[in-house]
Amino acid sequence: MALIAMITGFLLILIGLYGALSNRNILRMIVAFSVANTGVNMVLVAVGYMKGRTAPILDEAVPVAEAASRIIDPVPQALVLTAIVIGVGVTALMLAYAYKLYEKKGSLDIARHTELKW
Amino acid sequence: MIKRLTLILLLAGIGSLFAGLVMNYVADEELNLTASYYAEQTVEDLGAANIVTAIIVTYRGLDTLGEVTVLFLTAAIVGLVLARGKETAGEPQRQLPSPGELLTTGTRLLLPLILLFGAYVFSHGHLTPGGGFQGGAILASAMLLLLLSNPAKRFGHRLITLVESTAGLSFVFIGILGLLLAGGFLDNRILPIGAFGELFSAGAIPLIYTLVGLKVGAEFSSMLVSLSRTEEL
Repeated sequence: MALIAMITGFLLILIGLYGALSNRNILRMIVAFSVANTGVNMVLVAVGYMKGRTAPILDEAVPVAEAASRIIDPVPQALVLTAIVIGVGVTALMLAYAYKLYEKKGSLDIARHTELKW
Repeated sequence: MIKRLTLILLLAGIGSLFAGLVMNYVADEELNLTASYYAEQTVEDLGAANIVTAIIVTYRGLDTLGEVTVLFLTAAIVGLVLARGKETAGEPQRQLPSPGELLTTGTRLLLPLILLFGAYVFSHGHLTPGGGFQGGAILASAMLLLLLSNPAKRFGHRLITLVESTAGLSFVFIGILGLLLAGGFLDNRILPIGAFGELFSAGAIPLIYTLVGLKVGAEFSSMLVSLSRTEEL
């Protein structure tokens, strides 16, 4: 189960990289980066998964005394929660810059934006 | 053609690296040292049922403060980059189509429910799989619904800025209180830990997560408002 999630995550990273490198439209590149970002998050969550265990929330079903042997690793989950939020911020920034670039040049084709090309 | 070939070769290389990682991956059977410390000590130390929340708000609270700062910066930069002159900030030039009866009535019905659900999610962050960031995103989705149902509406940035800065300041203030009254910066034991599993338990965690939720909701909303103003170009 964790292996499937991990392979899917790695595939999503590859798909995202392919999309970001092969597309010329900036919006498509942003979408591709989001896909790759999702892949990274999936891989991280899959690493924290342990067979036969449950979510790191303690209640009647998972008493405190048995916690260490019943729950999965909470650290990657905390990490991914952070990563998702920062991912939203990065996407919003990319979209804002894409809009600004479109306003300047009237085109979203990356080949038309040559200011940083040498 | 040569570009595509290089690209495929590059991706094949990265893919083979990934394949090596997956092949050699052995899942842990036991929690590692840090994780088992969190699993065993969270309830005793902090009284939070959700260990992920305990890590985010208290054990690694400083990182969360940094994360909220990054979000604040993002919202500020989006606002700055998309800022328009005052003269264009008025009514949109073209006539926008009506959003339709369903959307307007639906918004009126759903908006309080969404806000209530968001508040529930961030105030119960220490008990259920939720928290400030998730609840804040839900609050911002209410804002998105408002913007969809009435694209021409101009939201004052003042309320959003007020909520955001008050929540941010209080977050830092609670952190400093922890330094003075308890074990360190952002320590949640400035309030009594209370009974395990109650809403008012886990010290300052519900309070901090409520502030984080309000702040994140305000930041996402201000991003949405900034992005929606680009519409009438």
